[in-house]
Amino acid sequence: MSYKQRIDNRGFDETRPIEAKVGVIKRADGSAMFRIGNTLAYAAVYGPRNLHPKFMQDPQTGILRCNYNMMPFSSSGERVRPGGSRRSKEISLVTEKALLPVLNLEDYPNSVVDVFIELPETEAGSRCAGICAASMALADAGLDMRDLVSAVSVGRVDDKMVVDLDYSEESYPDGPVADIPVAMMPGSGKITLLQMDGEVSKEQLKEALEMAKKACLQIYEVQKKALKEKYHEVE
Amino acid sequence: MFKELRTHIVTLLNNQTRLDGRKATEYRSPISIEYGVIKTAEGSARVKIGETEVLVGVKLEVGEPYPDSPGEGTIIVGAELLPLSSPDYELGPPGIKAIELARVVDRGIRESKALDFKKLCIEHGKSIWMVVIDICPINDAGNLFDAASLGAIAALKNTKYPAYNGEKVDYKNKTDKQMQLEKVPIAVTVIKIDNNFIVDPDTEEEKVIDARLTVSSMEDGTLCALQKGGDQPLTQDEISQMLDIGIEKAKELRAYLK
Repeated sequence: MSYKQRIDNRGFDETRPIEAKVGVIKRADGSAMFRIGNTLAYAAVYGPRNLHPKFMQDPQTGILRCNYNMMPFSSSGERVRPGGSRRSKEISLVTEKALLPVLNLEDYPNSVVDVFIELPETEAGSRCAGICAASMALADAGLDMRDLVSAVSVGRVDDKMVVDLDYSEESYPDGPVADIPVAMMPGSGKITLLQMDGEVSKEQLKEALEMAKKACLQIYEVQKKALKEKYHEVE
Repeated sequence: MFKELRTHIVTLLNNQTRLDGRKATEYRSPISIEYGVIKTAEGSARVKIGETEVLVGVKLEVGEPYPDSPGEGTIIVGAELLPLSSPDYELGPPGIKAIELARVVDRGIRESKALDFKKLCIEHGKSIWMVVIDICPINDAGNLFDAASLGAIAALKNTKYPAYNGEKVDYKNKTDKQMQLEKVPIAVTVIKIDNNFIVDPDTEEEKVIDARLTVSSMEDGTLCALQKGGDQPLTQDEISQMLDIGIEKAKELRAYLK
């Protein structure tokens, strides 16, 4: 058996169509929308602002707090019960770790930067879409950043390595599958998020990471363009 | 609290204007309704009133009827004041503001008989459709009540039943069967500040209100739900004036629904 053709006729190294915009939530200090295929993420940044409860404050540096949430109607199956699940808590944690390396919060002691990620519609790849939106929202908020963060999931479907898996590929019935979400600082190529579930060889993983890097560089261009476009509108 | 802001807003209102230059009973513009914006929902709508933006999604679930209404389906309205949408909201289970919002939207739909609950019955006494309406503000720049109510009706108009084989709902497979709306209730929230009545408050105006009255009415002007809020009382005469404004402005909002 061999995986020959992707459902939407995409190339194996091709992402679904991407759309990005910043400044979409006026009440936030920074905000962004990132869509990849049928997965849509909004991110809003509030802060740096006072941190409560007080015992969480760090006099050395500001802290980053991320929250990932799926809207109740965002799943193609049954309604998602509101309130955090174990899954959403874990994704919030890895998202925080994925974004932290590009930030410099030492100038904001005792403060917090809150990042709220909401997913109105999902079809695989939602944590990566959330991270892409969040890093754009942080930049839109005017925070001091070393780099953006771009993210995409790569993986294995049977004998092929592919970029940006969709649902049908994540649950491909006729062969082994691996799903590998990756977040990267495109400037340095350093990886800030790496997870994997499934079955791959070390060589395949290396190949997957190379593919992730290429895709992240493409996503990076889309993110940069969106950030610049906000200021074109003003002119 | 907000004493200076209040004085400023009242002075403006006494001079027939508002912070953004609107008239007292003028909605912000543009007002827009987009349908079917969320493919994973059975029905959805995005409503924008000025900078306020709300997403409403409808999911259909099969459940058992209540023992006292074995032949009727039901609706469940949920609202979450997402901390994404305003610096004033925090994470956590729905607070009293979110619960009130959900219940006001719920009553508008339920009491207007916008949905015929009998048509939501699948098998008498055994199985019914539960229509779950979730309200998610994206940007709260004021007047969530009216935006959410309009969004809920628009999302219901957009709803199609998923396939159901008697055992399982196949959410990937929407049928052509459209949700039937018998009536279309429209909510207009009328605000009292000092001796002035306004509609469609923005964030600043919401901070200084004396009282509010959410008026849900139908096409012929019949009232179907009311909710008074705010700390100050209202006279009968004031309520009468607020109802007139609510019914009148509902006509305007109704025109945005297709």
